[in-house]
Amino acid sequence: MSVEHLVVVGASLAGLRAVEAARKAGFDGRITLVGAEEHLPYDRPPLSKAFLEGDRLDGAPEIPLFRSGETFRHELDVHLMLGEPATALDPERKVVCVGQREVAYDALVLATGATARDLPGTQGLDGVHTLRTVDDAVAVRAALEGGARTVVVGAGFIGSEVAATARKRGLDVTVVETLPTPLQAAVGRTMGEICSSLHTRNATGLRCGVSVDSVEGRARVERVVLSDGSVLDADLVVVGIGAAPSTGWLAGSGLVVDDGIHCDATLWTGVEGVYAAGDVARWYNPLFDRAMRLEHWTSAAEQGARAARNALDPPTARSYSTVPYFWSDWYGSRIQFVGVADADELVIVDADPDPGSRCVALYRAGDAVAGAMTINAPTEIMKYRGMIAKRASWRDALSFAESRRAVAGVS
Amino acid sequence: MKVVVDYGKCTGLGICESLAPDVFEVNDDGELELKQSSVPEGQLEDVEAAVEGCPTEALRLEPDDSSADTE
Ligand SMILES: Cc1cc2nc3c(=O)[nH]c(=O)nc-3n(C[C@H](O)[C@H](O)[C@H](O)COP(=O)(O)OP(=O)(O)OC[C@H]3O[C@@H](n4cnc5c(N)ncnc54)[C@H](O)[C@@H]3O)c2cc1C
Ligand code: SF4
Repeated sequence: MSVEHLVVVGASLAGLRAVEAARKAGFDGRITLVGAEEHLPYDRPPLSKAFLEGDRLDGAPEIPLFRSGETFRHELDVHLMLGEPATALDPERKVVCVGQREVAYDALVLATGATARDLPGTQGLDGVHTLRTVDDAVAVRAALEGGARTVVVGAGFIGSEVAATARKRGLDVTVVETLPTPLQAAVGRTMGEICSSLHTRNATGLRCGVSVDSVEGRARVERVVLSDGSVLDADLVVVGIGAAPSTGWLAGSGLVVDDGIHCDATLWTGVEGVYAAGDVARWYNPLFDRAMRLEHWTSAAEQGARAARNALDPPTARSYSTVPYFWSDWYGSRIQFVGVADADELVIVDADPDPGSRCVALYRAGDAVAGAMTINAPTEIMKYRGMIAKRASWRDALSFAESRRAVAGVS
Repeated sequence: MKVVVDYGKCTGLGICESLAPDVFEVNDDGELELKQSSVPEGQLEDVEAAVEGCPTEALRLEPDDSSADTE
């Protein structure tokens, strides 16, 4: 093992965990962390949740930083290069270009994450925001504070969370979604319909099956015109139509990039010394026997740590397998999902008469349980994550669900 | 080793439970309960994964004999 300089590109969750894992593994060489944003690494999930809420007594919330600059410099002994993106990678010479500088590495972890997709034709119009960075969140928060009539484009997790916080502030909100239900790609249609009831019962306008034709206004946004001809007046438009992996800077590097940086099960890119982690990585997940790219907190954190350990000592590299997990908080309800949703069958195994207030659903793939989703059933969800990890059969999952219902029935 | 939870940080996401179900369980109200506070034989790696996997950094491992528990 002859790594003297570990370079990590992307100073967010996966990058941070890479740095920390390297030190934890006893690596005492140099570490450089390169980040495009000016900010120290910070946590993104709060940006569409607590950060936007209005019930704080102490004014604007702080940036949810993971670690202080002090910790990076002293405890972790990391050289921080923040505020400028890496622009090129030359794996032959083992250098990364950052501005005019070249940073030579022995081992490299790529953790550049993803970038929010813009709504075409809205550039330069004030009041239209994506929500990926803390700067985005500050702008959205200020608009909410000002009582903006809000239109959210895209009923995915982030858009739905923004709608929920705007409603909590008592603002008028409409969510526009091209597909027939919210979250359809992530959880399937049936569960998407149940999720839509969370919006409608909280008096959020929900317009599914229509798309945005144009966003109009002079300097600021004034209205959103939909494909069915209807018009929504708006002071704030939040665009939550997904994110694309930040790989543009790798053009010409020889890495295989196609909706993410392609990696094997050990997060290795196939190029000597170069590993990838987090939202930017498309890796082979042995547990599901397929390549995946996740945009979830848990896997980004774990992959960051695993990629760094593997990069420092390739001969002992271990593969990373996981049952995908994400959560989302809407109107005080917690939605949790484990596994994969592209299944052969969906069964709601437990639900209140109104499934939007509590339910447990299982997804079948072949004769195994492949996924589970809960709304307000936090004690149920992780038991299924364990079952999916052990490739439990569908029959076992159903009978387990049966036994859980019996327990709930007596208590 | 024993597990210490900072309940001011924990939001009941349950990642810890999926990694070490003999130690952690989120209850029906979404609150984390420790089924046992000392790490069971042979499960240190799982519990360490749980400590690292917690998004709110609410978990910590301490040696059993530590008497100075200030938090
Ligand atoms: C608003 C919001 C809410 C979320 N809520 C949840 C949730 O509830 N549950 C959940 O599981 N997940 C959630 N997520 C997803 C989760 O935050 C991500 O999966 C996680 O941030 C991924 O971490 P990462 O380090 O891989 O990438 P990112 O966090 O995207 O970080 C990548 C970093 O690399 C930098 N970068 C990009 N290109 C370059 C370059 N060329 N050179 C240098 N630096 C570069 C970027 O500026 C960025 O700082 C949410 C995300 C957002 C945006
Ligand atoms: S993973 Fe962390 S936040 Fe989640 S329940 Fe466990 S301790 Fe609490």
